[in-house]
Amino acid sequence: MEKVKQKDLILYSGLIILGLAAPYLFSAFKVQLTYLCVLIVLAMTWNLQGGEMGYNTFGNILFYGLGMYLTASVQVGMFFPLAEWTESGGEKTFVHTTAQYFQGIGVGLLVSAIVPAVIAGAIGYAILGLRGHYFAICTLGLGIAAGEIAGGIEIIGAGQGFTTPPFPAEIVDTEARGKFFYFLSFALLIGTFVFVKYIYGSRFRLILNAIRDNEDKAEAMGIQTMKYKIVGWMCSAFFCGLAGGIMGGLIGYIDSTDVAFDGREMGVFMVLMAILGGKGTLWGPVIGATLFHFFKEGLWTLILGWQYVALGVLIVVIVVYFPEGLMGWLREKYPERFGEVIDDKDRKAQVELK
Amino acid sequence: MDFLIFKAPMLMIQASLDGILLGILFALIAYGMALQWGVMNIINIAQGDLVILGGYIAYTIYLWGIHPAWGVIISPIIMFFVGWVLYKLVINKVVDRDLFISILATFGIAIVFQQLMNFIFGADVVVAQSEYGTTMLFDNSVTLPNSKIFSAFISVLYAIALVIYMRKSKLGRAIRATAQNARAAKILGVDTEKVYAATFGINAALCGIAGALISITLTLHPYVGLPYTVRSFMIVIVAGLGNLPAVAVSGMGLGLFEEFADYILGTEFRIGAVFLLLVLILVYRRFKLSKKREYLK
Repeated sequence: MEKVKQKDLILYSGLIILGLAAPYLFSAFKVQLTYLCVLIVLAMTWNLQGGEMGYNTFGNILFYGLGMYLTASVQVGMFFPLAEWTESGGEKTFVHTTAQYFQGIGVGLLVSAIVPAVIAGAIGYAILGLRGHYFAICTLGLGIAAGEIAGGIEIIGAGQGFTTPPFPAEIVDTEARGKFFYFLSFALLIGTFVFVKYIYGSRFRLILNAIRDNEDKAEAMGIQTMKYKIVGWMCSAFFCGLAGGIMGGLIGYIDSTDVAFDGREMGVFMVLMAILGGKGTLWGPVIGATLFHFFKEGLWTLILGWQYVALGVLIVVIVVYFPEGLMGWLREKYPERFGEVIDDKDRKAQVELK
Repeated sequence: MDFLIFKAPMLMIQASLDGILLGILFALIAYGMALQWGVMNIINIAQGDLVILGGYIAYTIYLWGIHPAWGVIISPIIMFFVGWVLYKLVINKVVDRDLFISILATFGIAIVFQQLMNFIFGADVVVAQSEYGTTMLFDNSVTLPNSKIFSAFISVLYAIALVIYMRKSKLGRAIRATAQNARAAKILGVDTEKVYAATFGINAALCGIAGALISITLTLHPYVGLPYTVRSFMIVIVAGLGNLPAVAVSGMGLGLFEEFADYILGTEFRIGAVFLLLVLILVYRRFKLSKKREYLK
């Protein structure tokens, strides 16, 4: 047992060192690395919902977009009138000082973590009572409705978008912006991973799995399923909001349907990444997101214009042929590695049954 | 918010007529949705994109110089085969699986369709001119495009034809038998695979008709498919599977809701209102059922 733990320790410290060194090693790819961190966070939090709890949601994009708008709004609104900022396209009339910028983004991220979690808690009781595909469609509707409605609200820029505060000009180092957002997202990634890992070792995960496997039975066993479902959703919302806030700052421009409530891209990506890696595993979403990101960045430019066709085909292929994902496939192939003991007699009996 | 509509009765008549005529069209799409949901137990997110594709077929023949109204005959024929091929390629692998698999897989299909339509037909908003003129009612204060009346008429005609076909024909009976119990139908000699393919083809054909009608009454754009999917999904969950009069009524109800939301909230919130209504309907049904300790199935 002790040996395994040591192995884990080496793995984790290796990954952290790699993560810390990455912006210096691959200096040109800082933005991509930041994207990767955010994608992993989104995939992991989706996995809490779809993989562990069995509530396949398209609605986590709601919290992501909300976080994005909230961070930017707070960052601007703390120091300047928000309406004038969005009307004038922002940066021309008002300039954040260095201190204001970092204070703003700090408070903004705090708000963008808490508010989505609170909203998830508030609507959770109504939405999470739906099951299966009704939940999926309902959350799909929720995400798109949010995008359409945000596109009609004047104070956050309506259809013309919202320019987030530019990185303070007083910092001369041209690398600083990329590094700042990378380390921010990397910190978020570590936080999310530690949190999800903690959940994986706790009773909470077993309860979520019970809900996934048979909710009625779980309820009959005395588990207050609704309570746990809401808490699970709030956890997802918390991290999705933070991820959105960071992305908003990185991209620098928020559009209601193309950047923030981007159900067509980000909303599908998070589902796809989790399924690609393997639902209901700790490492699955991490591997899935990494693979997906490499695939996306590598192929997107080669097949310019056709990337969405490729994305659609990829979704169909993954969903139809590999619904268990990479980890599921590995698990079937090497069950011993996953700590599963399989009785040969039992296996034979299973084959005969099939 | 603008409540002018409640002060002007003519505006109200205008919105109501528009809404009802539009709603009949929605009901036609929803009928296809209910058909495939009931028979094959899949939810097709690409439904709206099939509609738009049907519309583009009508638009293409309009560009060739043929009157777009012929689209209501040509488009379903082409779309039937599109649906058949789609079934053979993808859908037959998701029929017996979890519903979420079908949702995601058809979501992927929807993305492919959107993008291909974007390549072929361009990203512009297009409309096929039917040149049917308009009917003026109440001293010219209510204008009603004749194309809308035409589209409602054609929708009703096709719906009736389909109902008769389902009742009388051999394939129709096979489809209904499969919907009731696929396994029993199989034992009794129904080729369910063929029935499924035909069902999906018929659904696509219905989408083709609706699309052709949309091309002359509303506008076409590669990325507006999803609202049609959501509308039909909404109509089906309100009306229930296999209840055609209810589908028609709730379709008209949805049309009315949309037109009024358009006037009251403003056009920019129209699609948002549709999606929000979906959420509200689902939540309402959820609370209603939870009183009896049940849930939506």
